[in-house]
Amino acid sequence: MIRTIVFAATCLASPALGGEIWVTNEKDNTVSVISTETLEVIHTYATGERPRGITFSRDYSRVYICASDSDAVQVMDPATGEILHDLPSGEDPEQFVLHPDDRHLYIANEDDAVTTVVDVESRKVVAQIDVGVEPEGMAVSPDGRIVITTSETTNMAHWIDAETQRIFANTLVDSRPRHAEFIHDGAQLWVSSEIGGSITVFNVADQTEMAKFSFEIQGVHPDRVQPVGFEFTADEKTAFVALGPSNHVAVVNAETFEVEEYILVGRRVWHMAFNDDKSLLFTTNGVSGDVTVIDVASRRAVKSIKVGRYPWGAAYRP
Amino acid sequence: MDLRYRSTATQTKVVFWGHRKADRFFSMRWNILTTVMAGFVLCTAAQAEVVLQVGYLSVFETLPPTLSNLDPEPADIGLAGAQTGLDDNATTGSFLGHSYDLTVRQLKEGEDPLSAATDLLAQSPFLIVDATADVLLTIADLPQAQGAIIFNAAAGDVTLRSADCRVNLLHSVPSDAMRTDALAQFFVSRRWDDLVMISGTHAQDLTYADAMRRSLTKFGLRLSGEKTWAFDADMRRAASQEVPLFTQDLGDYDVLILADEGHDFGRYVLYNTWYPRPVAGSEGLSALTWSPVIEQWGAAQLQSRFTAAHGRNMTGQDYAAWAAIRTLGEAVTRTNSADAATLRAYILSDDFALAGFKGRPLTYRAWNGQLRQPIALVHPRALVADAPLDGFLHQTNELDTLGLDRPESKCEAFE
Repeated sequence: MIRTIVFAATCLASPALGGEIWVTNEKDNTVSVISTETLEVIHTYATGERPRGITFSRDYSRVYICASDSDAVQVMDPATGEILHDLPSGEDPEQFVLHPDDRHLYIANEDDAVTTVVDVESRKVVAQIDVGVEPEGMAVSPDGRIVITTSETTNMAHWIDAETQRIFANTLVDSRPRHAEFIHDGAQLWVSSEIGGSITVFNVADQTEMAKFSFEIQGVHPDRVQPVGFEFTADEKTAFVALGPSNHVAVVNAETFEVEEYILVGRRVWHMAFNDDKSLLFTTNGVSGDVTVIDVASRRAVKSIKVGRYPWGAAYRP
Repeated sequence: MDLRYRSTATQTKVVFWGHRKADRFFSMRWNILTTVMAGFVLCTAAQAEVVLQVGYLSVFETLPPTLSNLDPEPADIGLAGAQTGLDDNATTGSFLGHSYDLTVRQLKEGEDPLSAATDLLAQSPFLIVDATADVLLTIADLPQAQGAIIFNAAAGDVTLRSADCRVNLLHSVPSDAMRTDALAQFFVSRRWDDLVMISGTHAQDLTYADAMRRSLTKFGLRLSGEKTWAFDADMRRAASQEVPLFTQDLGDYDVLILADEGHDFGRYVLYNTWYPRPVAGSEGLSALTWSPVIEQWGAAQLQSRFTAAHGRNMTGQDYAAWAAIRTLGEAVTRTNSADAATLRAYILSDDFALAGFKGRPLTYRAWNGQLRQPIALVHPRALVADAPLDGFLHQTNELDTLGLDRPESKCEAFE
């Protein structure tokens, strides 16, 4: 009787708790799977060479991994860790974004100054779009109409019309843009500039700059404060920004663009992903080879989890 | 030899396509790209076209003979970096209606550098120069060079950043002092404070040795012995016999420094010293502008882009020329101008920042026109450390712990 109750309780509780954070290890050719419940690595799966960008299909039945040095996007079954097949990706795929149609991957080909569009069903390249030197950051508007590629050496956000697969605008940002995200139903676009040390916020309707802000950490030279990946809380009122070699994550008020706090994490923090209810944030720390778990409510680092060498991308799976 | 490169967006693409691995998409790409390019042309035609012409001059220099023929200097050293920088600029420019032209003169023995420089300056006020310090100064002092922006992409001489500075001369190549300060910081961090040095007899060995002495004094290190390498034996036969004896009377020390910038004898010193001690300087642990072992901070991308285009590794001299042309590109992108005074003001302002794949924004020192940059401490197989090292602090910019800081420089031309 008691055993049955305990069993039932476990069953009820587990769907909310059983999430996973998938982390690509750039210099180990693996992904580490972290349980958001136990905060421990539960699986390590082999990938192609130099895995970086990672994202799931909408129903989480497939995980897409940019294997940069294998010149492929790999499709893995997340239940087993088995590589199902490769997608053509163009050369050196670094980062990508899955269109809301769940079918088209927009891939930044870092060595080639090209964004490649791949149909994940037919496994064919649909388009290749010339962009600036070293494309990296990728974002898609929630309505699927606009795709953004940022190019690190050209220092631009390229605005791509997803229907025509053509660039309709180019906007300059500070040096070495790394990451882009749409918020407020696609009304705003945020772009981080690693060497410029800033985040630029665009009004999407007319692609004009509405704000630009930077960071200041006591005791760290501004040159070392380098924004890379960032994520928003569920209400989109707060942004968490990874600041690279300053080893901190900034907590930014997304309405006033003021930095409210800096949280010390591992070394050279890159990208991040939330758990299911966005109560925990997992950051990949490239140099220290670990993942820092931040408690979102208290804004404190609560644990660091050793993963593979040079953890880079992170993605959540329920 | 007089060459002209016009790197428009279309031409740049053709260059990349030549070495594309993903050939299976080639024909599709071509069609799509043609369409997209047509779109660019339509978009950009409306914007005011800015054309930046840049001259590149390499002056012939007779290199002293070396004991080993293992590492011949590439014929396009420096120039190859400028070409990669030109391609980077052109890709960015294609979105903004900016285009870039590079006119190249590589002089042969006996050709007059001053008349070549005069010709190039008549075409454009932007000139990248690979020459020794004395030739560089005569070029900078030409009447045609006044108001120009000349980049020193090869000479490390400290005096060019001090008493011999010129208002129209910027230095994309680090000074010798920046490189020797980087090594001195490393010695301090490892507590290797007792140093000895063997110097060659060529001019560049002597200037390097001077810079090293200055750095050791600056960082409170001791130079307890010095010798000059004046042997004329062929060390491929005799290194194991000569070097132990030659280094025996240096006594005990922590590190042996080599001032052998022409890479003549130094390679035979490693593992042949009387005491088993590390070797640093021109061989062994070296402080370099750039090296194939640099892969962090996106450097792997620049390395692969360079190697694909030129079929060899990128050297420090290539990097300096790349940085010079990228400096101009960055300034044109941000100011939408090809006017020398406008670009110079922007380059020397606080707004300028070049992303140079070294982990920090690169900027110019307002007091002598030197490009601030981290210096890599490397051996041939790996990056050992990146200077400035942790703990070497500075009141304004840690990069100014390397080379001549404002109070150390006697340059007055920039005031």
